[in-house]
Amino acid sequence: MKMLELRQVSMSYGQGTAGVHALREVSLSADQGEMVAVMGPSGSGKSTLLTIAGTLEEPTSGELLIAGQAVAGMSRGARARLRRRTIGYVFQDFNLLPGLSAAENVTLPLELDGLSARKARVPGLAALDRLGLGMRAGHYPDQLSGGERQRVAIARAMVGDRKLLLADEPSGALDSVNGETVMRQLRDACKRGGMTAVVVTHDAKLAGWADRVVFLQDGRVTDQTAPAAGPESLLAEGDAR
Amino acid sequence: MSVRHAMLALLSEGPKYGLRLREEFEERTGEVWPLNVGQVYTTLQRLERDGLVESDGSAEEGPQKAFRITADGERELARWLRTPPDLSSPPRDELVMKVLVALRVPGTDTHAVIQAHRRYLVQLMQQWTRIKEDEADARLGVALAVDAELFRLDSVIRWLDVADARISRAAGDQAAATKTEPVPAPLPPRRRESRMPR
Repeated sequence: MKMLELRQVSMSYGQGTAGVHALREVSLSADQGEMVAVMGPSGSGKSTLLTIAGTLEEPTSGELLIAGQAVAGMSRGARARLRRRTIGYVFQDFNLLPGLSAAENVTLPLELDGLSARKARVPGLAALDRLGLGMRAGHYPDQLSGGERQRVAIARAMVGDRKLLLADEPSGALDSVNGETVMRQLRDACKRGGMTAVVVTHDAKLAGWADRVVFLQDGRVTDQTAPAAGPESLLAEGDAR
Repeated sequence: MSVRHAMLALLSEGPKYGLRLREEFEERTGEVWPLNVGQVYTTLQRLERDGLVESDGSAEEGPQKAFRITADGERELARWLRTPPDLSSPPRDELVMKVLVALRVPGTDTHAVIQAHRRYLVQLMQQWTRIKEDEADARLGVALAVDAELFRLDSVIRWLDVADARISRAAGDQAAATKTEPVPAPLPPRRRESRMPR
């Protein structure tokens, strides 16, 4: 099943000569359980693509479907529910609430969706624990390092078994080892939990965790990798070395 | 990869048979650098010739012959571990050559050339990452060997990104220069030079 589908999506800001075409007729889909990485230079439209996929912005033209449902026809309430229950979003600048602890930030989406604080705490702490932050649950964002804040934001996006995770440079503040921990978690959630992930990154080492890598240039999808062959081919090649 | 020094390192743990050395080498490198039996025995013979390992001379050549490291071998291993490899002169990189050549071949879309290489490298990185995903947690040696390969490929992709941006910028600058290049104004009529002293 296609969890995410963008059909001929274009996005422009401004008009006339001052207008900027951030996306030009982009078609992209991601199946359930698939992990897709989006790479491209600065200004290629990566973040715009993600905000549209996350229903945070409406495209100038084209269509967005989530789990087969066209978003354009949904009421404001239905869209809000979709964002709360189905879509997890990791912002580049984390967007954590400074007055809430790490655990409270993570459980917030569950509480907004009607779960009691006590019940939300269990999956919230589990999500933090999986990302190595179990001991930091009671700390406030200003007591956490940049990398820890980023992992809290990822835990918040993943909590509650969301079906679609959209992450904008989810490892920008992380060192290589922690970046790998995050990508392992995302991949595990896709492969075992059936989550779909679209990850925008400029880091090829992280894109390597994806099933498919899509390249964006000047607002257009210009290329993508073929499904990755198994590692056996690399190991077999070595015999000749 | 110095197979010679890898053999010395394995023998520094204690005497071993050739076949065992091959198995341990592949085990620790996650089969990233497979060895054939012939390579192992050739290397061991050379090490023995150089006095860096010794064998049980009575045993015949083959899997039953045990090898141990000598004191000279231990010194050689310690020296090699601390000696940086020679990276002073840049290798003649085929990929760099291709991009440079693409710039000179009329009608070639350099961006498309770069993207073809970028896509291939990212696909390779996906394959290496699968190895890490499958087994690197259990084996530190595999994780380190795969990391080394991923960082190497990543550095090549970064170079391609920079090359792509530089080439685009250079093309933009050239186009702007052509567009705005001022048309030389007609020269004023030449006056006769005065012969009067100033």
